[in-house]
Amino acid sequence: MSPLLSGAIVFTLGCYAVASVLVLVRLVRGPRAQDRVFALDLLYFHAMLVMLVLGIRHQSDVYFEAALLIALFSFVSSSAMAKFILRGEVIE
Amino acid sequence: MSLFALLLLPFAGSLLTAVLPTRARTALAACAGLVAAVAAARVVSLYPQIRDGGVIRETVSWVPSLGLDLTLRVDGFAWMFALLVTVIGALVCLYARYYMSPDDPVARFYAFFLAFMGAMLGVVFSGNLVQLVVFWELTSVVSFLLIGYWHHHVDARRGARMALTVTGAGGLALLGGVLVLGHIVGSYDLDVVLGSGALIRSHALYPVALVLVVVGALTKSAQFPFHFWLPRAMAAPTPVSAYLHSATMVKAGVFLLARLWPVLSGTEWWFWLLCGAGASTLLLGAFIAMFQNDLKRVLAFSTISHLGLITLLFGLNSPLAAVAGVFHIMNHATFKASLFMAAGIVDHETGTRDIRRLNGLMRSMPRTGTLALVASGAMAGVPLLNGFLSKEMFFAEAVFLTAHPTVEVGLPLLATLAGVFAVVYSLRFGYEIFFGEPSTDLPRHPEEPPGWMLKPVELLVVACLVVGVAPSISIGPLLAAAARPVVGGDLPEYHLAVWHGFGAPLVMSLLAIVGGVVGYLWLRSHQRSGRLNETPFFERFNGRRLFESGLVTATRLARRALRLVSSRRLQAQMFTIIGVAILLALLAARGVPLVWGDRERLPASHEFVLLWVIGMVCAVGAAVMAKFHRLVATTLMGGAGLVTALTFLWFSAPDLALTQLVVEVVTTILFLLGLRWLPMRLHDPSRRTTMRDRVRRGRDLLLAVGAGAGLAALSYALLTRPAPQSISPFFLDRALPEGGGTNVVNVMLVDFRAFDTIGEITVLGAVALTVYALLRRFRPPAESIGRPQQQRVLPSDVVTDLVKPRATGERAGGYMMVPATIARLLLPFSFVVAAHFLLRGHNEPGGGFVAGLVVAIAYLTQYVFSGTRWAEGRAHLLPPRWIAVGLLLAATTGLGAVAVGYPFLTSHTAHFTLPLVGEVHLPSAMFFDLGVFAVVVGATLLILTALAHQSIRAHRPPAPNKRTEAS
Repeated sequence: MSPLLSGAIVFTLGCYAVASVLVLVRLVRGPRAQDRVFALDLLYFHAMLVMLVLGIRHQSDVYFEAALLIALFSFVSSSAMAKFILRGEVIE
Repeated sequence: MSLFALLLLPFAGSLLTAVLPTRARTALAACAGLVAAVAAARVVSLYPQIRDGGVIRETVSWVPSLGLDLTLRVDGFAWMFALLVTVIGALVCLYARYYMSPDDPVARFYAFFLAFMGAMLGVVFSGNLVQLVVFWELTSVVSFLLIGYWHHHVDARRGARMALTVTGAGGLALLGGVLVLGHIVGSYDLDVVLGSGALIRSHALYPVALVLVVVGALTKSAQFPFHFWLPRAMAAPTPVSAYLHSATMVKAGVFLLARLWPVLSGTEWWFWLLCGAGASTLLLGAFIAMFQNDLKRVLAFSTISHLGLITLLFGLNSPLAAVAGVFHIMNHATFKASLFMAAGIVDHETGTRDIRRLNGLMRSMPRTGTLALVASGAMAGVPLLNGFLSKEMFFAEAVFLTAHPTVEVGLPLLATLAGVFAVVYSLRFGYEIFFGEPSTDLPRHPEEPPGWMLKPVELLVVACLVVGVAPSISIGPLLAAAARPVVGGDLPEYHLAVWHGFGAPLVMSLLAIVGGVVGYLWLRSHQRSGRLNETPFFERFNGRRLFESGLVTATRLARRALRLVSSRRLQAQMFTIIGVAILLALLAARGVPLVWGDRERLPASHEFVLLWVIGMVCAVGAAVMAKFHRLVATTLMGGAGLVTALTFLWFSAPDLALTQLVVEVVTTILFLLGLRWLPMRLHDPSRRTTMRDRVRRGRDLLLAVGAGAGLAALSYALLTRPAPQSISPFFLDRALPEGGGTNVVNVMLVDFRAFDTIGEITVLGAVALTVYALLRRFRPPAESIGRPQQQRVLPSDVVTDLVKPRATGERAGGYMMVPATIARLLLPFSFVVAAHFLLRGHNEPGGGFVAGLVVAIAYLTQYVFSGTRWAEGRAHLLPPRWIAVGLLLAATTGLGAVAVGYPFLTSHTAHFTLPLVGEVHLPSAMFFDLGVFAVVVGATLLILTALAHQSIRAHRPPAPNKRTEAS
């Protein structure tokens, strides 16, 4: 692996770490439920990106599977929560 | 056919009738009748083997180390009983074909009926006392189902419950008695017990065993003071009554008395217990029977009375009386079965069983009338009928008994008096309804029943006549064979004949008949003028009321005890559970101290620490928010779950990580569905936090921290120790060569431990069905029945361009159109992902479980965005069928291995090359995994949609609180 690539990976992961901590602040403090749901969605998004980066670092496609699942379904839980906030029930 | 096959035959028939179409009356009756007839034929063919005192034994050893064998033993007495059980069973099957209405679910009837026959055969064939008790209990349980057959009638339910409670309690006493007997003798084998009569009678525990066994027999045979359940059991269909109360259920009690007669009889205890109960039942039952106006209740009390007579005969401690008892068992079974059937025919054809309304039926139903008349003659003890013979034997015993002077005088008097009563109620049954002016106000116009319905009655009545006229050639050998084992092998001298010469017994018989006719005329004239329509005096002693107040008291005591030792509050329960767990762990730590191992530690990386900081913050936040902000708590739990999934991935457990990710999604939707029905919980500012609250919270905090830290320490200790005995190398080494797959986790699930997996998916399916069944009766709390607040009011600050922003209706085309479209596009995509995981699961991360959840989520997404009605209008998912197909597939795959001669669930891997696709790796475990997949899809969908359906269901509000009603 070239030094450029490994350096880039470290830098990217650091950025995601900072972003995740910021998101965590929103997730814990709120203040509205909408903020927290959105924060959770972002946290999932970060997790997916971290996995892809880790996949590049370890040259393994196992990470890709998990990233695929998050990409497909993380929006389901956060939008179910959004539906719950909007309508008071998740399935009508 | 061996004895075991004979015993299993009715049970097999029961299973068969249970699966036949429930309204196919003729097919069901033919099937059940055939089973009973084959069993009867087999029993008849055993006769030569037992005729001269022979005993047939069959044993299958079950737990030989505990002395538990399944033993079947048939001697003459058991043979006679088996004959009654099967022959009358076959006749009742024929009769029931015409009796049951086309609207009754008769499959259930015949299934229970045959099961009862099997249980009864088990009782009479048992060669082991414990085994006998097991079948005895089985008769109680099945009779409960039979009596409660018309479970929409409250009488049937109550009668069934009462019968079960009384006979079940008696069965418990019998079990105790049998255990004491086994303790005395040292064996439960019937032959051994029968051979040690002297030992038992001289043992100090003899009274205990005797009382317990006798209580069991008396409850089953409805003897005073346990007689009250039998009249209530008349709520059963008449064929059931005809079977249970003539040949089987109630006869099981006297069967037991006769069975143990050689062992237990011959003592003062035996004499007073049985003669006391028998004599009082004989008189009481006959007395009450005279005043009944319901045909079946007359027969019920007469049954009680006749069983009292049999009990009395066995209690007299004389071999001759015991022979008379055996004889009366046979006679009573024949005439009582025919009488019950006749009563059923009258009820069926006229629509009523009230003796006061029925008159002059002889004109419209001459054949039924003649048969009923003859049978009631047998019941009354009229000469030339079988009832006369055994009654005459009883009278003779009563006269020639040598005992205490009061007994010597009292017993003949009592016997004659009971004979008078019997004649009176027989006349009321036989004479009153068939003679006189024909009644005109009957619910139905009476006419003769179908010929086949009368056939069983005819056969039984002919038997009564033949035995009555020519006893020594018809029944003589049978009686000798049946009575010999009861009296211990040596038959006393007796003569079966109609004419014994002029003596005291004949005088008593004549007195009873004359007195009965006079008494009947006297009673009729009184009843015509409106008196004596109810049982005098005894009406006040209501066994039912006593029984029910007993039940209420028992329930109240149980409730009080429950309140003493348990709590409904979650907090208290959790406190106890966790407290006990910590205590146990601390106790264990005294023996095995908690020390860290010396396994090599991995250095902590910054990224991982950060990950866990995020996870811990989320988890603690969820705990804090759980009380008042449940949605927030759910959100934070999502964060914690994500961190868990990432941790799995970090430590190279991709299977777990994939599963955890999809489980997270399903869990979130499940929580949200549940939140809809939880009442809002708001912080009440007016409530002050007291000192006590603070102390309690501090205590709980300490407990929580203690438990958490303890678990963490345990995990750490475990993780740091080397594991020389680990089972992992076994699986790692053998997964590929023996399981044919490189994904060890999956190979374990579908191959090495497939048996566990099949158990787990069965449980999963059962849980899903249970959740579904429970939610069908779900009643939400009053405050969450209405629509959620968001759907009722539109906040004033909402700016929207929707026409009807809060209107309910189809969401797929409304404001949810964008997400709904995306969700629909997601569906095929998810299928591809699921197929991918499923197909390569054997070699790489994935498998049926993850794939199933992926498909379930894809469908659930449609529910979320497009609404239940839309989704179900377009896809017929039928989750229970998914579960069924999955379980079948998994089981069939396993059985496939058996079919080719390998152990259950052995897998085989095929490798072949297909054009275009290339090399294909196809393990048979693949089909097993497909079964897992289907079960997971079905179970997930069933549970979540069952919850979702609550929203579109019309809810009945809960019953209003009494206090608010009053105010």
